[in-house]
Amino acid sequence: MSRTPLDTVEHAAATPDVELPWAELGLKKDEYERVVEILGRRPTGAELAMYSVMWSEHCSYKSSKVHLRQFGEKAPQSDALLVGIGENAGVVDVGQGYAVTFKVESHNHPSYVEPYQGAATGVGGIVRDIIAMGARPVAVVDPLRFGAADHPDTKRVLPGVVAGIGGYGNCLGLPNIGGEVVFDACYQGNPLVNAGAIGVMRHEDIHLAKASGAGNKVILYGARTGGDGIGGASILASETFDDAKPSKRPAVQVGDPFQEKLLIECTLEAFKEKLVVGIQDLGAAGLSCATSELASNGSGGMRVTLDDVPLRDSTLSPEEILMSESQERMCAVVEPEKVERFLEICDKWDVIATVIGEVTDGDRLEIYWHGGKIVDVDPRTVAHDGPVYERPYARPSWQDELQADDANKLARPGTSAELKDQVLKLVGSPNQASKKWITSQYDHFVQGNTVLAQPEDSGMIRIDEESGLGVAIATDGNGRYAKLDPYAGAQLALAEAYRNVATTGAKPLAVSDCLNFGSPEDPAVMWQFAEAIRGLADACQQLGTPVTGGNVSLYNQTGEVAIHPTPVVAVLGVIDDVARRTPVAFQEEGQLLYLLGDTREEFGGSAWSQVVHDHLGGLPPKVDLERERLLAEILISASRDGMIDSAHDLSDGGLIQAVVESALLGGKGARLVVPDGLDAFTFLFSESAGRAIVAVPRSEEVRFNDMCGARGLPVTRIGVVDGESVELQGEFELTLEELRQVHEETIPALLK
Amino acid sequence: MTARIGVVTFPGSLDDRDTQRAIRLAGAEPVALWHKDKDLHQVDAVVLPGGFSYGDYLRAGAISRFSPVMETVIEQARAGLPVLGICNGFQILTEAHLLPGGMLGNDHLHFICRDQKLRVENADTAWTVDYEQGQEIHIPLKNMDGRYVADQYTLDKLEAEGRVAFRYLDFNPNGSLNDIAGITNEAGNVVGLMPHPEHATEPLIGTGRTDGLPFFTSILKKLVTA
Repeated sequence: MSRTPLDTVEHAAATPDVELPWAELGLKKDEYERVVEILGRRPTGAELAMYSVMWSEHCSYKSSKVHLRQFGEKAPQSDALLVGIGENAGVVDVGQGYAVTFKVESHNHPSYVEPYQGAATGVGGIVRDIIAMGARPVAVVDPLRFGAADHPDTKRVLPGVVAGIGGYGNCLGLPNIGGEVVFDACYQGNPLVNAGAIGVMRHEDIHLAKASGAGNKVILYGARTGGDGIGGASILASETFDDAKPSKRPAVQVGDPFQEKLLIECTLEAFKEKLVVGIQDLGAAGLSCATSELASNGSGGMRVTLDDVPLRDSTLSPEEILMSESQERMCAVVEPEKVERFLEICDKWDVIATVIGEVTDGDRLEIYWHGGKIVDVDPRTVAHDGPVYERPYARPSWQDELQADDANKLARPGTSAELKDQVLKLVGSPNQASKKWITSQYDHFVQGNTVLAQPEDSGMIRIDEESGLGVAIATDGNGRYAKLDPYAGAQLALAEAYRNVATTGAKPLAVSDCLNFGSPEDPAVMWQFAEAIRGLADACQQLGTPVTGGNVSLYNQTGEVAIHPTPVVAVLGVIDDVARRTPVAFQEEGQLLYLLGDTREEFGGSAWSQVVHDHLGGLPPKVDLERERLLAEILISASRDGMIDSAHDLSDGGLIQAVVESALLGGKGARLVVPDGLDAFTFLFSESAGRAIVAVPRSEEVRFNDMCGARGLPVTRIGVVDGESVELQGEFELTLEELRQVHEETIPALLK
Repeated sequence: MTARIGVVTFPGSLDDRDTQRAIRLAGAEPVALWHKDKDLHQVDAVVLPGGFSYGDYLRAGAISRFSPVMETVIEQARAGLPVLGICNGFQILTEAHLLPGGMLGNDHLHFICRDQKLRVENADTAWTVDYEQGQEIHIPLKNMDGRYVADQYTLDKLEAEGRVAFRYLDFNPNGSLNDIAGITNEAGNVVGLMPHPEHATEPLIGTGRTDGLPFFTSILKKLVTA
């Protein structure tokens, strides 16, 4: 039996001509040459492994970086921002000494390959980002997009994804309070599984991914390292799917939520005793990422002995250990005199913890294996100096034609019977139907602080039992709008999430985003991406809500066909007292219904155009951010001063969708009248932005109208909460029972 | 003087802190108990909270049942210590043979989270005296393995002795036999149920109902007046 010599740094220097499998690991030729140039020699196998995963699209943002800079450059001045882009997650000041961290990430590709584990580990990863900031995770949200609801493969993907999210999140004890479920044929081969999480801490507990202080110990704790997920970031998340290639299943990680729950508790206990100098979770690119990021964010020097990493499979090579994406692992930097106590806490929680290295004086990351030095790099070159691409982008040739195909010209219902029929069709369509079948598989009660959960406009969590201080979060995105106009589409996603937070009574503070697009190598996709970022950055600047972090998911395409550009935006808000929150459900008969904002003939990208005409064309609704801000201020004031008892934002599906949802949730009907100047069809189905409906107790009618009048917000009385049906005077009446049936039976029938 | 009620934290317990809050809201003093510690620290009653202890691996509750703390809980429960098992805690109680029967996976094979209607079938136990016999209440339910099963003899005995403490109304969420949501032992000091009363103790939070609070006021009344 022959033994290949260990590929040490020394060996690499002595054997410059050895061919390395850089292409198989996902590196391009010029990228490999850049590695050789940085090192002044060929990399060792271990170094190559690290560079290849860290320079992957998923980890390095090499195609998106030049555009993402705008989030920083255009960031609005915000006193609330405590930690911005670049850390594991952004941190926002919510008052009373509390800080909140939140982030949305994608786990799209793994969830298509292996829906249950892909989605489960997506939850696991985002939750570790939250813990790594020093916070206790308090809630999760899941924006999901699947192929056509009636496609056979959707039956494979959706139930697996939902069970995976539930299986993992429920077992962690995190209430699932929001998100979205959208169906569109464009996601057939590329479902979008985005996962968001929120964590709460005191200001003084904020932790950063930073290894400083020579002599401090580097401790790896959590699960043992196995062969799962090797190359997940580089191979799976950074390439398009292609039938010709072998199955990618081995690149998907397998989750153990029980281990993660122990990791949460043990990490929080270590934080509480102030034992941690710096911390990083192990997600994409595993140890390669954790060691290089911790070192490069500190003074730069770190020595690691890879032999000390606890393994699940003793045959793993050092390259595999560095690339493994085994879940439920964290890396902490601890002062030597505190190591013993740190290990005790891990032992208390039955969590394996091992000192694998230490911070050094130098500026090199050195990794040893069997006594030989197999990595000797400047960690910054691995973690931060990855390639940056100015990918060519160009407005696609078909964009004009798409926009010229005006949805306002589609045939509209001609009779009351047709109108009624289309209302039923809309509220029973998969995208507009109740998602209870899905959300009832998630625990939304655990931790005992859930004030609002889906299907409310935003999820809301109490964070202080004494004062009632709370936070709200909403995630929104509309790929159809973004396809018609990516700049406006991204702004509409932000506007909707912002509006949703305000509708529940919370003040929007900050943004996280998950940008889901096709291949950056296609100039048309790159244009969509550039436009969406420009739109989002401009809108964040105008609304005063900084982007605190997020995630880019590219290569969401199969062959030549890309998904709709789908920027998903999460907005975090704060509410001084959760007792003042505004729910969606109608509360009391006799309350007056008002429509806030302007309604125009805007049907481009609308749910109506999709459901009734299977059409996508024209322009999305007009964006007016100043109006959004004014509407939000009114909704927040009205909630704080007790002027409204329920409110619902208007978005996809328009006014009728919102009224039906409020009626069904409250078990109370509504009598509506078409206001002057509008026709019944536009009144019901228009998707003009910057609007909401509110239910006002009669005693507050004057005060509420005066407030809107004084501040210049158009307000129109449209009816009253009443009876057991939704009635549009002179047009139709639909009983709640009828509506409930079409609204609630659609999804179970499709997925049974 | 108030009562001290212990809440055990097993690895993977999730509702331990919520249960402590519920105990506080009822006016009693919650005491955190640790699964590796046999000492119950002179508590007057014990709650085994919900969650996924040991990840539900092997079988829900099957590993926790052998925790050091359970040796003492089992011994003292047999001597009359009031014990309430909620969800995973109920599963642990059946695994520990403090309550008969056991739990299987929900018949529809999904996790289910809903506001569940129940009927109080036995208002004489240590944990239910503040309810009316036959009272209808709403308590959140959330579980994967909630289908109560027992052999016919046991079911007949439970029914005959009035030991079915709670029954699902309107909708059986998991396929439990006889719509059983919770049961009690013969002495009435040990009660287990799948729904989560600790999540129905504050207006505004969760479902906004407080139908679960009487569990905790019942035990307080019993302990303080005893």
